[in-house]
Amino acid sequence: MSRSKIHWYKYASPAHFYPLANKLIPWVATVAVVLFILGIYVAFFVAPTDFQQGDAYRVLFIHVPAAWMGMFLYILMAVYAVIGWAFNVRLSSMMASSLSITGAMFTCLALVTGSLWGKPTWGTWWVWDARTTSTLILFFLYIGFISLQSVIDDPRRADRAGAVLALVGVINVPVIYFSVQWWNTLHQGATIRFLSQPTIATRMLIPMLVMLSACWLYSIAVVLIRLCCIIVEREQSSVSFTEESTRENGAIAWGADK
Amino acid sequence: MNTRSQFAMFRWIVWRDMTLAWRRRTDALSTLFFFVIVVSLFPLSIGPETQLLRSIAPGVVWVAALLASMLSLGRLFANDYVDGTLEQMLLTPQPLYLIVLGKVLAQWLVSGIPLIVISPLLGVQLGLSQESLLMLAASLLLGIPVLSLIGSIGTALTLGLRGSGVLLSLLVLPLCIPTLIFGTGAVEATLISASPEANIYVLGAVFVLTVVFAPWATCAALRISLE
Repeated sequence: MSRSKIHWYKYASPAHFYPLANKLIPWVATVAVVLFILGIYVAFFVAPTDFQQGDAYRVLFIHVPAAWMGMFLYILMAVYAVIGWAFNVRLSSMMASSLSITGAMFTCLALVTGSLWGKPTWGTWWVWDARTTSTLILFFLYIGFISLQSVIDDPRRADRAGAVLALVGVINVPVIYFSVQWWNTLHQGATIRFLSQPTIATRMLIPMLVMLSACWLYSIAVVLIRLCCIIVEREQSSVSFTEESTRENGAIAWGADK
Repeated sequence: MNTRSQFAMFRWIVWRDMTLAWRRRTDALSTLFFFVIVVSLFPLSIGPETQLLRSIAPGVVWVAALLASMLSLGRLFANDYVDGTLEQMLLTPQPLYLIVLGKVLAQWLVSGIPLIVISPLLGVQLGLSQESLLMLAASLLLGIPVLSLIGSIGTALTLGLRGSGVLLSLLVLPLCIPTLIFGTGAVEATLISASPEANIYVLGAVFVLTVVFAPWATCAALRISLE
């Protein structure tokens, strides 16, 4: 057993997590902005023009990370929601609610940029192929989760109902994916794999990975900000956001930095 | 003894729900007419070319059946929730799983079977051949219970919420997409004289999985909603 000086479980409590999140947000947001600027610069000025697709392919530097984020965040949201439900961790359920909106945003962005890329490359705005369709369905699943949570007034019930829906959805995602693949697919195969050599030029891969990290950090920052808002909204009675408590924790907290 | 009492409970639930449905015959009948009317709207809006209608027939009948079962699912728990019976059911020592399964079975017998029986008639209107008609009925026979079971999760989650009817469709319809694909796929295979076996087998697998797992999710959702 390692004798850790930090009691990690402490941060499962909204009251303790709130100052920590507030400390993290500016750092994460700054790095995200820097990476975005760097990624966009490399994507537009350094990466070579594609032999077949011309300059239109550059939208993929946003499209691919957005599509990945949309999928990852749904799974992450389901994991947080189920942890919150199973172990009765309020913060975890709040995390799921705040993840859902960012995830829906990325999925929508992936759909929009995908159709912008499809028009010059495939010659059509929309194609009912396996991946496009399953991304659209993923977007519907996000919408279902968000609307269910927003209709329920009691936050406890909203958290748990959302957890059941997210769990059912996450089990369904592979079924949906394979069922949608039943049709002949027009979408090109995956070019970045974990186990084999990626079939993409390194000068194109690097900006892609930079943009992916930027999207991750952006998600973390935005989700934490939304989480703080939810904490303030729901836990006002149990947590006192006074001058005193913020000074104690040495945090740049709500209202104190103005 | 215990198993017998559980079986008695299950039978009682099915019998009770069917009796209640029989006393409100218009509910089931209106679902059926909704189904017929939605299917009839398609030739009117698309045009009467037989070839075109035949090629869209499987999809049209399936989507109409999906919408009709969403419509009838709203009633699955609503009345019992309003008069407090559902709360009493949750308090009984019998497993909630069987109660949910019994209610879904009764729902299927009352609303699902009429849809399946009338579907070949609608298929004839859309110009399907005899083989396709049989496959249409067979795929609906396997598919509608899946739709009811998945829908029961959504119904339980939206119990007593405002605007729950629209919300139910929003939650459940995306989850029903695989069933729709395999069901229509089986019928479409007969149209081009291919073998529908693969689709029917996968639909069967989806059916078995939902029968086993969906009632658990519904039970959890009911406990959350009635807390």
